[in-house]
Parts: sequence; structure tokens; C-alpha cells
Amino acid sequence: MVTKLIILGVIVLGVVAVAQLMRVYELSSKLREQRESEISNRDNKFNAAMMLTFMFVLFGGLIWLMVNYGWTGRGEAASVHGHEIDWLLNLNFIIIVGVFFLTNTLLFVFAFKYVRKPGVPAFYYPHNNKLEMLWTVVPACVLAVIIILGLKTWNDATAEAEAESIRIELFSKQFDWTARYSGEDNTLGKFDYKLTTGNNELALLTTNTLDTAINNMEASILKLEYVLNKKDTMLIPEDKDKMMVDLSRKERLVRLLHQMRDRHNPEVDAWAWDDIIQKDTLYLCENKEYEFNFRSKDVIHSAYFPQFRAQMNTVPGLTTRFKFIPDKTTEEMRKAKNDPNFNYVLLCNKICGGAHYKMKMIVVVLKESDYKTWMKNKTYGVKDATGGYKVKPGTFKDTYFAKKNAPVAEDNAEGNEEEENDEDAENQPAEVVDPELAE
Amino acid sequence: MAAVAHEAHGHHDDHGHHKESFVSKYIFSQDHKMIGKQFLMTAVFMGVVAMLLSILFRIQLAWPGEGSDFVSFFLGDTWAPGGVMKEDMYLGLVTIHGTIMVFFLLTGGLSGTFSNILIPLQIGARDMASGFLNMLSYWFFFLSSLLMLASMFVESGPAMAGWTVYPPLSALPQAISGSGLGMTLWLFSMAIFIASSLIGSLNYIVTVLNLRTKGMSMTRLPLTIWAFFVTAIIGVLSFPVLLSAALLLIMDRMAGTSFYLSDIIVGGEMLTNHGGSPLLFQHLFWFLGHPEVYIVLLPALGLSSEIISTNSRKPIFGYRAMIGSILAIAFLSFIVWAHHMFVTGMNPFLGSVFVFTTLLIAIPSAVKVFNYITTLWRGSIVYTPAMLFTIGLVSTFISGGVTGIILADAALDITTHDTYFVVAHFHVVMGLSAVFGMFAGVYHWFPKMFGRMMNIRLGYAHFWITIVGAYGVFFPMHFVGLAGAPRRYYDYSVYGEFDVESYNLQMDLNIIITMFAILAALGQLIFLFNFFYSIFRGPIAPQNPWRANTLEWTTPVERIHGNWPGELPTVHRWPYDYSKPGAEEDFIPQTVPLAEGEEEH
Repeated sequence: MVTKLIILGVIVLGVVAVAQLMRVYELSSKLREQRESEISNRDNKFNAAMMLTFMFVLFGGLIWLMVNYGWTGRGEAASVHGHEIDWLLNLNFIIIVGVFFLTNTLLFVFAFKYVRKPGVPAFYYPHNNKLEMLWTVVPACVLAVIIILGLKTWNDATAEAEAESIRIELFSKQFDWTARYSGEDNTLGKFDYKLTTGNNELALLTTNTLDTAINNMEASILKLEYVLNKKDTMLIPEDKDKMMVDLSRKERLVRLLHQMRDRHNPEVDAWAWDDIIQKDTLYLCENKEYEFNFRSKDVIHSAYFPQFRAQMNTVPGLTTRFKFIPDKTTEEMRKAKNDPNFNYVLLCNKICGGAHYKMKMIVVVLKESDYKTWMKNKTYGVKDATGGYKVKPGTFKDTYFAKKNAPVAEDNAEGNEEEENDEDAENQPAEVVDPELAE
Repeated sequence: MAAVAHEAHGHHDDHGHHKESFVSKYIFSQDHKMIGKQFLMTAVFMGVVAMLLSILFRIQLAWPGEGSDFVSFFLGDTWAPGGVMKEDMYLGLVTIHGTIMVFFLLTGGLSGTFSNILIPLQIGARDMASGFLNMLSYWFFFLSSLLMLASMFVESGPAMAGWTVYPPLSALPQAISGSGLGMTLWLFSMAIFIASSLIGSLNYIVTVLNLRTKGMSMTRLPLTIWAFFVTAIIGVLSFPVLLSAALLLIMDRMAGTSFYLSDIIVGGEMLTNHGGSPLLFQHLFWFLGHPEVYIVLLPALGLSSEIISTNSRKPIFGYRAMIGSILAIAFLSFIVWAHHMFVTGMNPFLGSVFVFTTLLIAIPSAVKVFNYITTLWRGSIVYTPAMLFTIGLVSTFISGGVTGIILADAALDITTHDTYFVVAHFHVVMGLSAVFGMFAGVYHWFPKMFGRMMNIRLGYAHFWITIVGAYGVFFPMHFVGLAGAPRRYYDYSVYGEFDVESYNLQMDLNIIITMFAILAALGQLIFLFNFFYSIFRGPIAPQNPWRANTLEWTTPVERIHGNWPGELPTVHRWPYDYSKPGAEEDFIPQTVPLAEGEEEH
């Protein structure tokens, strides 16, 4: 409180002081019979000199920033197309920094040099078609180069992925990422958001998940109807309205689910069952092309891989894609940066809610042999000497049914990476699923 | 001739004879000069609010998690327990800062103030075509400002989805608290704002087309008027699209429609909306959003054309090329909007089309810059504060313009999209340039608005502090962005978990940025003091203080209703006859007939 008063006091005194200075200044200019509209030569010269000084400060500041914080500030790229982008970025920077220095120099030097000098009139020079043509054509030519090179890189970066590139789905929600590998068939299972249940957070489409979703939905409809129809309970009107709305929403959803069930082709089940769902860390293989399919559960997010020079928004109701080839393992990058704790990262780069800034996933790029081992263990699990699983198999089929019988699965939970992941998932509060659906 | 008809209208001849009450003179005024000043006052207030918000979140960015008395003083315990603002409030501040600055200060404040004051004065008209609609336009603006301010005080907080309010985040109160009542108020405020802007723009267009005085052909118009005229046309064509975007969003929020929503589970609730597309909103939003950049910029460029010519004592170089580039920019501004959407999931081929159109816009912009610089060449520059701000504007227009080339290049946008590089870019090219233009305009036309002069020395101090502060804020910000920092992050400490080098860089620079931001904000106090002090105590202005050619300086200092006491002036020449060889003075007002054998420019 005292500090606030002091601050307030200082401000008031400051204003009074400036007001007094103003009065002194005005009185003195009255004495000199100078008017505000007539700028004295001293003032003109002062500002002209300031213009030149400011130019040097500005240029010096920019150079200082470029020297200290990197020419383009971002470290080495770690993907194949990333190198092309960086090359193009450097070229563009050379052009624009050149233009910046040239035009600002002209501006400030002219501002310095052509300040009013008594007796020297301005030069009447209303136009010159040649000059104007010059600075229409030259920028146009430079831009043509920029456009052509830019579009070439853009077309390469956004072209369709190769047929054999590895498919991974990145699923975003407030406020984390989940990866889904396409498994041995390299085909991502189908999905529909209405299939979301407690053990099918990514809403994958199989006959079994479809039936479960229908059952859950019907059960919760029955529950609602039971409560609403109970003769011996009075409901608060607002609650009742809310439940009625809920009920009609669920009835609509269950109708749609039934329609989906009627059209369902059980052959696509296999695409989903071998998919591998992975939280926390995304493992990638060096020098393999990946096609990422992005999905969002709630609002728009953006999958931003700064080091791979890749970015794509994730949009609810729409699958978006981006491809890249990581070409430097995490180990190599750590050595190059001389930072043993460095990691690649996937950030959220589209405002998505309060904890937007925390929404990230560590990305690890492995050598091919390491990656294959990791993938094998993930798919088939690792057995210990006794024949039990040290690491349990992690395909969707395994985790789905393991979770369905959750009490049994929890028996051998110790020291098990897989299990930890599952627990993490369960610790995510109700945001994950409709509580009634989770049943 | 419409101008002649207007002249014959008789009514205007007895201006100044009928007494005006306080209310009709200062509040529900239909006089364009008073309405312009009302716009200016409201915008200055809104600008101060938005600047204060920016200081609050800059404090959070520089010293994350540290309690601050300053923050707690303004946000209180609800939103900043212990002086550390909440995550949600941070986003709310960012959103409202952006909204106020773009729409209320730079659209309402810049175009509203100067179109109103200068259009009738510079074309030689008694007033706007419709004084009543003009008044309505201001009061809609005032109402929308009130709603926007009120939205900051509701319990669930103001809108928090960023100034671009992308759904679904802005459509779902379950997703963030600000998407409740705060967002509703935001949408209604914007809808009213758009109505205000449309009424105003239609009025400007009609006035410029119909009420020019005798001899004022389109090619004798000052560039200010060309800029306001084209700005108004852009506004009329693009603001309705924003209105439709807002209305569809209102319907998605309130009537259960699915224009922007599809397949969503939020807050544990599975929504039935299906088939909508968030991309639709982005297309609609940016169809206004990009022209909006030029709605903000063109008036500033128009003002600076006038000021740079007057104070260099030289004709503006390439008058017709300047008009041509204004028209080219206006046309191109409608076919570049999707460069905001390269990585939103839009078809990449469509992206390449927009790369092409966007980079084209650099050509007319370059023409403008080179014409400004050539106007300075061999001039006889007089450093009024307005002139300083104009040179500042040209500098920021260059510095911000060149980084636009990076962002317009889709391939490079992949890595710079939504990072601080973007924030730095648009603040320099749109924010600083437009604000500098606005300051220049206020210093230059203050004598016409209030009949008094502002203090020159304080103007100098204001300019030098502002430009040092402004560059000090936004130059380092480019490097924060290039280091990969996403925008709208509450706290960049997360970077410490995976890349210490980048984290250190960002924290260093964030502190520098905040220091400069505080400096620049304090600099504005000088302006505020000078502005309000001079309104009441400034020395009385001479009729033509800057020795300028345009018509407004032929009106009496007393600023009478109807502008000119007798007949409307007749125009004989273009407005840029400065230092014309053979003339006695270094300026020839537009009302002076051509001398024997003299050629028009």
C-alpha cells in the first residue's frame, strides 16, 4: 500500500514538474518571440543529427542481435526438407537485410542531409517516369526469383508422401499429444469420434469398439430415462432440463452409431488392432519418411516441430497431413549442440486454452537398429526368464482388452513402462471421456 | 455539379448564427470536426487501455511466476493471486489488447478521426454528406467500445481465444472460461463496431464523390483523401464478411448450428455437431482480416504523404504513381487472405496461388517507399514532430514490410507461422506504422482540431523515446520467433526442459523487450500530457502554421460550423505546389489560380 502511494506521489510530482517546465519554456519562447509553428534552425539541426545517430544505433542493434542470437536464430535443421527451408530462409534473409540496410540508409541519410538550410530552396521534382519504372521492375524481378524458389520448396514439402512412408497419427486434445503408429500393416485403423470410450480414447473403429460404444451409450440413456421417469423424486427444473437435453443428444448419437454398425465392414478391424498407441514420447527412425496424420478431439491445435521445420494445424472434423524425413538422431544432435539434455520436441502452436503452453511431446530420433528393437518390443512385448512379460505387448488389441479387464491387468504392474503409461492415462481426469461413456 | 447544388442549398449560409446547446455541440454533435474529435478521444482512451494490458502481460513474459504489485494492482486477487496472473487471464489480456489495438485504436481511431476531420475540410465541403449518419457512426463506435471494456469485468473473464477468435475454442465455453459471457460480449461489440464502420465508410465515399468543391477534380485531391476514400471502399467490401463470420459464430454458440463445429468432444461431453468446418471461419475472418491491415495502413500512408511533402517543401514524388499504388494495394488486398492459412490444413495448391498474389503486393509497397525517399531527396526538411513521426513511419514500413516477404513465402511460413516472428512482423508493419501515422496526424492537424499548438519540444521527446522503445521491443522479438518461440505462450520456461540454449536466448530477449516496452509506454505519458495540456493551454494557432497548400488551412482558426464563413473556396491546382520555380513563396495554396503561362504539374 505504501509503495503504491509513493508511486502515485512520484507520478503526480512528475506531471507537476513537466507542467512547470512547460511554463518556463513557453515564457522563454515568448520572450524570444518564437512561435510553435516556426521550427528554429537549431531544432532542425538537432533532429537531423539525431536521425543519423539513430540510424547507426538501429543498424548496430540489428547486427548485435544477429551476432549474439544467431543469423536466423534457430540452430541446425534436423530433417531433409528442413535443410532446404533453411537454405531458402538464409537466401531470403540476405535479400531482405540488404533491402533493409539500403532503404533505411537512404531514408535516414536524406533526412540528415536535406534538412532546411537557410537560403537553400527545395528542388521541385514532381515525377520521373524512368525512376518509377526502375523501382517497379527491379522489385518485381527479385520477387519473381523469391516466388519461384519458394514455390519449389513448398511443393516438395507438401507433396504426397511416398506409398512406403511410415504412417503415424498424432492425436491432439487439451492439453497433450498421443501418437498412433500404424503397426505392421502400415495402415492406420479407421476412427469415428463417437466411438470414444474409457479404453478407446482414440475412438478407433472395430466391430468390438462399435458394439461397446453402442452398449455404453444405451446404458447411459437407460440411466437417464430411469432418473427422469422416477415418480418419487422431484428434480430441480434446471437439472431436469439439462438431463432432457443430454438425453436427446445421446439418443441422436446412438442412432448414428447404429447406422454406422449397419454399414460396418468387419474386414477393416484388422487395420486398427495392430496399431500402437504411444504417449509421452514419440520415437522416430533416422532417414525414414514419415507421413503424419493429424487429428483433434476438441479445438484447433497445431503440431509444431521446430527442429524438423514442420508444422500443421490439427482440426476437429478434418484429417490434416504433413511429411518429413528426420536425418539426425537425438544423440547426434546432442553432440552437435554440446547439450546432453537436449531433445527434439513437438509443441502446440495454436492457442487452445489455458495450459496451451504446456502441451508438448518429446520426440526421440533413433538409429534404425535401435528403432527396430524398440518397435519389436513395443509390438510383441519382452519376456523375462520366467516366461512372463517384462514389457507387455502394446498393440491396440492388447491394450484394449487388457484395460477392459483392468483389475486383472494391474497384478504385475511394477517397474513396467507400459503400465506407467496406462496409469498416466487414467490419471487424466474426466476431460478424457464422457464420464458416462467411460463406464 | 453536386458541389454547386450544395452551394445553392442556402441553409448553410447562416451558420454560426443559431446558438448551439452544450449537448448538441459536444455530445450529439453532427459536425464532422466534433465527431472526428470524439473518435479521437475515445480511441486515445482505448489505446491507453490496450497499452496498459500489453505492459501487464509483458511483465509476465519477462519474469514468469514472480509476483508483481503492478499486476496485482490492476488484476486483483481473482485474476492475479499474489501478483502472478492466471493462465486464462494472460490469454484474455492478449486477446483484448489485440482487438482494441486493431479495431478500436487503428481502425476507429485512425480512419474515424482523420476521415471525419479531413475529408470535408480538404475537399471543400460544408460537412459530411449525412451529418446524422455520421453521428450514428460515432455512437455505435462508442457503444461497442463500452461493451468491449465491459467484457473485461465479467466473472468468467474476457474473450480468450486470441483476437482472431478461431472456433471451436471461441465457440465452446467448456474449452476456456473466456468463451462464455466474455466472448458473447466480444461478438456483440464487434457486430456493433462493424455497423459503425460501415455507416462511416458509406458516408466517406458519398462525400468524396459528391461534395468536392468547384475545381477539385479527383486528380487534384490530396493523397490523404485518396487514402481515406479507398480505405472506405475496402471497408465496405470486407467488413460485412466479418459480420457474417461473427453472426455464424453467434449462431453456433447460441442456436446449436454447426457452421464451424464438427466431431468434437470437450469437457467430457460428446457434441452432436457434425459437418461444420473451422476453416470456413478462418476464410471468412481473413477475407476481412487481410484488407483490414490496409484499412489500418492506408490512412496512415495518406497522412504521411501529405506531411512529408509539406515539411520537405517539395511536391510528393510521383503523385499518380502514389494513387496507382493505393489502388493496386487495395485490389490485391482482397486476393491474399489465405496466406494466413498456409498450414491450417488448406489445400497446398491453393497455398501456392496465395504465395504469388501476396508477394505481388510488395511491388506497390516498394513504389510507395521509394517515392517517399525521393520526396526527401534535395528537400528542405522542417522537423516538426509530425515530420519526425512520418520518417519513423517510412522506416517501420520498410522494416516490417521486408519480413513480410519471409512470411508470405509458404515454404518459410511452415517454420515461422504463429511464432513471435509473426508477432514482430505485424506489430512493426501494421502497428508501429499506423500508430506513427496517427501521431503524425495528431501533431500536424492539432491546430485545425483545437485551434491551438502542441508543444514542439515535448513532441521531439515523445518521438525519440517512442521510436527507440518501439524498435527495442520489436527487433529482438524477431529473434525470439526465429528461435522457435510460439506466440500466445503464458510461460516459455517449458523450453528449459528440452533446449536450454534456446530457453536462455528467449528469456534474455524477453527481459530486454519488456524493458523497452515499459520505456515506450512511459514515453506516451509525455504525449498524453502534451495533448491535453495543449487543448486548454497551448498557444493560439496561426491560420496556416505549416505553410501548407491544402484547403483546410484556408478555414478560420475558430473552426466554425460549415467550415468556411462565406463561399466555398474554388480549387485551381493540385495540392503539392511546394517550392515551384518562379513562385514567390515556397508554397502555393490550391485556391491560387494558375499564373499566366504556368503549367499545372
